[in-house]
This record gives sequence, structure tokens and C-alpha cells, in this order.
Amino acid sequence: MVAPLPVAADGQGSRMSAGWAVAAAQAVLVAAVAPLLLGFTRAVRARLEGRGGGRIAQPWRDLRKQFRKEPLIPADAGVFFAAAPAVLTATSLMVAAAVPYLSTQNPLASSTDLIVVVGLLLLGTVALALAGLDTGTAFGGMGASREMTIAALVEPTLLLSVFALSTRVGSTNLSAIVAAGTTDQARVFSPASALAAAALAIATLAEAGRLPVDNPATHLELTMVHEAMTLEYSGRDLALVEWASAMRLTILLGLLATVFVPWGVATNLHPVAVALAAALFVAKLCVLSGLLAVAEVFTAKLRLFRVPELLAGSFVLGLLAVITSAVLA
Amino acid sequence: MTDNRHDGGRPPASRAVDANGHPTPPPATAVDVTADQLTEHARDLLAGGARLALVAAHHDHATHAGGAAIRVVYLFTAGPPDRRTELHLRTDPHNPAVPSLAALSFPAGRFEREMHDLYGVQPRQHPLPRRLVRHPHWPHGWHPMRNDAGPRPPLTESEPFPFLTVQGPGVYEIPVGPVHAGLVEPGHFRFSVVGETILKLKARLWYVHKGIEKLFEGHPADQRVALAERISGDTAVGHAIAYSLAVEDALGCRVPPGAQRARAALLELERLHNHVSDIGAICNDVGYGIVNAHAQRIRERLLRLNKHTTGHRLLRGSVFPGGATLRHVPDGAALHDIAADVAEIVDIALSHTIVRDRLSGTAVLDRRQAADIGTLGYVARASGIPDDARLAHPFTDLGDLTVPVHTGGDVLARFLVRAEEVKVSAAILTALLPALPVGTTSSWRSRPAPKRPVSGVGIVEGWRGTITHRVELDPDATLTRVKIVDPSFFNWPALPVALADTIVPDFPLTNKSFNLTYAGNDL
Repeated sequence: MVAPLPVAADGQGSRMSAGWAVAAAQAVLVAAVAPLLLGFTRAVRARLEGRGGGRIAQPWRDLRKQFRKEPLIPADAGVFFAAAPAVLTATSLMVAAAVPYLSTQNPLASSTDLIVVVGLLLLGTVALALAGLDTGTAFGGMGASREMTIAALVEPTLLLSVFALSTRVGSTNLSAIVAAGTTDQARVFSPASALAAAALAIATLAEAGRLPVDNPATHLELTMVHEAMTLEYSGRDLALVEWASAMRLTILLGLLATVFVPWGVATNLHPVAVALAAALFVAKLCVLSGLLAVAEVFTAKLRLFRVPELLAGSFVLGLLAVITSAVLA
Repeated sequence: MTDNRHDGGRPPASRAVDANGHPTPPPATAVDVTADQLTEHARDLLAGGARLALVAAHHDHATHAGGAAIRVVYLFTAGPPDRRTELHLRTDPHNPAVPSLAALSFPAGRFEREMHDLYGVQPRQHPLPRRLVRHPHWPHGWHPMRNDAGPRPPLTESEPFPFLTVQGPGVYEIPVGPVHAGLVEPGHFRFSVVGETILKLKARLWYVHKGIEKLFEGHPADQRVALAERISGDTAVGHAIAYSLAVEDALGCRVPPGAQRARAALLELERLHNHVSDIGAICNDVGYGIVNAHAQRIRERLLRLNKHTTGHRLLRGSVFPGGATLRHVPDGAALHDIAADVAEIVDIALSHTIVRDRLSGTAVLDRRQAADIGTLGYVARASGIPDDARLAHPFTDLGDLTVPVHTGGDVLARFLVRAEEVKVSAAILTALLPALPVGTTSSWRSRPAPKRPVSGVGIVEGWRGTITHRVELDPDATLTRVKIVDPSFFNWPALPVALADTIVPDFPLTNKSFNLTYAGNDL
């Protein structure tokens, strides 16, 4: 749809810089909203369970507290442990900027595609898994081993579910997929997208470490997946890891919202359209995280050896989505 | 599921009853044995259906009736009808040794190891004579419970106390604890794991050994019930009753029937709040938080009911030697409500497929294992052993008592036993409420005065299982020795057995389904 143009005519130049501004705004928006969304999910869950719960801004307060504290690095940890928080945060911010959440005229989104996005997410996952191994503790290694088992099953599903939408557009470019969705609204509700949405939803739960795959609220080290890898982090490093993890949840929920319910995503760079898109984006995130909280109240954590069954199921859904999409297209 | 019904309303002819028809536990039959006779006596008693409830060593001064000795008391109990037999064995205090009963009874082997660490008594031919209580830094040769132990020498460098290393391709170790996340008592767990499957688990306890048995000694019996309540904070009533019964048994103090009924009611109130808390915690460990949230709500209601009934949320200060005290009689309608509420959350939990899947078949302890290890309480009853001290060693008439028993031996069975015991407890309370006396009922001041040192045994079905206390008193009711056995002492070895071939992420769930006390075990 929108090819990045090397020609820098005056109009083009200002369009490009406005586009970059939108990309930057997306990253800032995701970074700012992610902890609030986590707080919102927890608050909804607490309310549904009949508990008082914390305030929506509590995750931000926790981050502020952690950022003020000095990080402690285990004696045996090396470069992977030190680098992982930065890598995780950087990849999350990159993805937040590169997915066309607000406008399809996002230059970063136009020049990157789905495979880059999934690759960046995987890079963050691998960085954290290596950091878990790097500490040399049994928990870190255990968490890393579990995370890699899950990641090996989740990443193909992520790819497949979005592929299902890309076949009818003829491009793996996310901007192209979203732009097609906004212009041809009949395509939004098709068997292929329903299957793909289900696959992506399950993959999101697994990738973000939510129930029924992982329990983000547990204090039991032996049952942890994501938390086991981050046990040795403290202070600023812990804040970065937790912030990045919150961003990844927002990114994935945002991807689900933007790809499958693309209404409201601006197809130009007009400030009003972008602002409207931002408001709608946040609203969609709230709805999705509310649904996530509801789902978490009514589900329990699967036995670890049942998790591959669930993820294999989501992979099959993704595969069916691709086939349906190819046959019906 | 099988139910073991026993008609408590018509006591068997051999059961001792007092003038009002209330059961009074019989005094223990004491038999003095020599080292050569011990094994045979023990074998006969075990073959006759008795279980080894307690082994206590005593360091007697030369002024003692039997002269200076290390005196070892083996208490065997059976019931119903209530039977208690003590074997007394004297051994040289300078070089104490006893024949090991480990070949006859697994718990005996552990009692002997405890006795070795605290009294220096050598168990001869013990198959595994390793230290149990003493951690490696304890001073060598210092046995703190002996009269001549003296003040503690400086702590030494660690002696080696290695864990068995499991070898093979892909086997690795996960050390957990002794400091855990959350509000958990200290204990070290060493998992030998291949992949996620547990090959072997070794639990090392006694991090909170505080010499609580020694803290009783030399004090008037009626002034140490508060200490008994703090042996394990969640079992205040259970330990207070066991202690009081032991003191009363020793002194021949007849407790008013009203006070015994009040004690029975308090015991069930304690069972209720602990079981409700466990039901919630088991669900929380499988990520089903909503049941835990409601279990906590119900528990809070129970704690407030406790506060109204006794003035203390955990029921402390209500049971003492000679009697009991109640501020108010708990509201029967409220208890009925609570039982219905618990039944509803249990139903919600068990109708959830993932929860049911997580609990079913997890960490199975079969009947044979449970019996060999000597497990007690809900752990035993979930593995098909219908033992309950409320039937075997009753101190008041509870009427028609149903003991819930399951045969699965898994986490689900332990969950179901608790859920059904909540119903039974509510029924017992409903039956007891009309006859409960408000205020203090005590016969302590009118107790008979013994002429010589005496001993007594108290046995109670606490919420975790059968609690046994044995006390020895001077004629002026001063404690000379208190031996405490919490059911956790028997149940801890069952945990690693149940966990063999279970996966690592199911350990916290299994641990919660056993919910053993560290404080009550480490003493």
C-alpha cells in the first residue's frame, strides 16, 4: 500500500517526519499504558473475585519504587544477565513502534513486516531465557527451560495466525493487512479471521505468561515460568524487566485488536485521526484486558505437561485459518 | 468412598465411663522391660493392632525411684476401645543404648534418631542411624535434653551431612529453602530431578528447633498451657487439650463434662477454620484464585465467630488443665450457613475441569505406604486408613460420628476428606451447642494430690491428626518432662514418598495438600 519513498520532496519530507512522530508516539503510548493496563486487569479480577484489590496505577508505583533502588547482580552472572533487561525493553519498544496501532502510514510499520515483529518478540524471550540460565541457579534454568518449550510452540502460532490474514492481502506487511481491513470491512468477519483470532488469543496468553499457562500472581518458585527467570533481578533491572513484560502484554493485546478489529486505525497522518485512533486503541485494550481478567477468574492453571496440548491446539487453529483463508480467497 | 461408622452413643462394654456416662480415658498400662524383652513386647503390641504413638527418653537423677538412668518410654495406643500401653526401659545414663525397633516400625526408627540427637541414646542395629534434629554446626557430643548437658558450647564448623546424590544422565538438583517466598516456615528441600520429574526428594527440617519440651520443665503444670498453645500456632486448641488431658491423667483430675464438651466444640472450631483455609489454598495453588478469595472470606467469618466465642481469633486461652472457658456459645445458624458456604465453594472448585485434573492422581500415597509410614489425620484418611482419635480415644461423647475416608491417596482425596470433615465438624458442633456451658468450668482446685511422681498421656484428634502428649509431674504438679508428638512428625516422611514420579511444578500443590507444620515437628 504505502511504499517508503526515497524521494524527499517537501511534502514527502514532512509526511515522513510526521510518520516517525506517530511511530514514536505509539512507543510512548504503549510504554505509558502498559503498567496501567496491568493494574486495570488486576483491579477487574479483584473486583470479580469479591476482593478490594489495588489501584489501577499500582504497577506504576511499584516501577517507580524499583527504579529508585540499586540493582544487585549475582556473583556468577555474566553479560547475558546484565544485557537482558535492556534487550527486552528495546525489543518491546521497537515492536510497539513498528506495529501500525495508530496509523497505517507509520514508516516503521511499512518497512517492517510480521516476521520482524515476531522475531523481535522472540529475541526478547531468548534474552530473558539466557539471563535465567546465566544466573546459574536452579530456578533460573528451570524457568528458562519451560519458557523455551512454550516459546517453541507459541511463536509458530503467532506467525500462522497473522499469515491467515496476510494471504488475502498478498503481503506479510502489517500495515498492508490493517489497511486492507479498514477499507474492506466485510473481510473482518470471515471464518479465517475467527480461527486466526482464537489462535492468536491463546498464543497471547502463553507469550504474556497468563493463566492457564503461567500464573503471574504466584509466589511459588517451583511452579513459575516467566517469574522463575526474573527471580534474581532487583532494583532498576527488575523494573525494566517488569515494565517490558507489561509492554509485551499490551503489544500482543494491541496486535489482536489492531489486526482483527482494525476500525479506527488512521489511514493518514492527520493529527485528529491519529488522536482518535489512540483513544480507540486504548479503549480496545481496556476491553481486551477486561476480557482477559474475566477469563482468568474462570480458569485455573493447567498442569505443565498439558500446556503443549493447549498450544498445539492453538497451532492447529492457526493452520486451519491459513488453509481456510487460502481456500476461500 | 467408604465410611467407617461407629455408634458412639452406645459405648462398648469395655470403655471406661464416668458416673454421667461420659467416657474417661483409661490410664496407661505400664510394663517395665529389659533390653532383651523390648523387641518381643513391641512386636506383640504392634501385631495386636496397636500403633507406636510416642517414644520419650527421660534422664533420671539418682534421687529418682528407679535410680540414675536414661529411661525410655514407648507408648503404644489402640482403639476403640481406648487402650494405652507403656513399655519402660532403663539404660545406663553414661553409655545409653537401646535395641532399635526400626525393623518393626518406621516411626520408631525416627523417634530413636531424635532420641539419639537429644539424649545421646544409641539405637543398636538401627538401619539408618543418621542425625535427625541436630544440624551440622551443633557442638559435637552435646545432647541438650540431658540433665548434665550444661550451657551450649560454641557452635562448631559444619560437619559433613551430605545429601544422597542421584546419578545418571540428565539428573540435576534443585535446592529449595530453607527460606521460602511468602509466609512459609523454614525447611530445606532437595529435589533430584530429570526433566520435570522428581526422582527423589529429601526434606531437611529442624531449622526451628527451639527446645520447647525443655521450656516446660520445672514449671507448675497449670502455668504452661499457653506454651502448649504455641507449639504450632494453628493448632492452639489441639495441643492445649492434649497437654491438659495428659496433666489431668497424671493427677487423676476429673474434668466436668461441660468443660469436656466445650473442649470438643473448640476443637471442631479449630478444624473448621484450618480446613477452610486449606481448601482455599489448594485451589489458589492451581491458579483458581476465586475459590481462595471466598475461602478467606469464610475463614474470616469463622475467626470472628471464634473471637466472639472465646475472646481470641485463634481460640487461645480457653482450654487449661482442669477445665475450659467460653464467653459465648457460638451461633448454630451461623455455623450452618458457613458449612453450606464451604460446600458451595468446594462444589465450584470440583466442577472446574482444570482444577479437577490438577488434583486427580497427583502425588498418590497408597494405603500400604500410608500405613507403613504411620501417617495420621487427613493424610491417612485420604489413603483409606479410617483412624481418628475422636473414635479411638474419646474424651467426651460425640454421638454418632462419621469419619470421612477416601481411598485415592492423591491430592483430590486429601481435598475431599477436608471438605467432608467440614460437614462432620459442623454437625458435631450443632449437636454440642445446646449443652455448652458459658463461663469457666474447672475442677483444678479440687484435684487429688498424688504422693509420688506421676505421669499421664493426652491424645486428641487435632485438625492435622492425632496429637499425643506425655507428661511427668512431681507430686506438687511441677512438670519434670513433657514429650510432644504432633501428627506432622509422622506425616513428613510420607511427603517425599508421595512425590516420587510427580512433576516439580506439582510439588507446591502436594505440599499444601499435606500442609504439615514445621514448628510442631521441629519443637
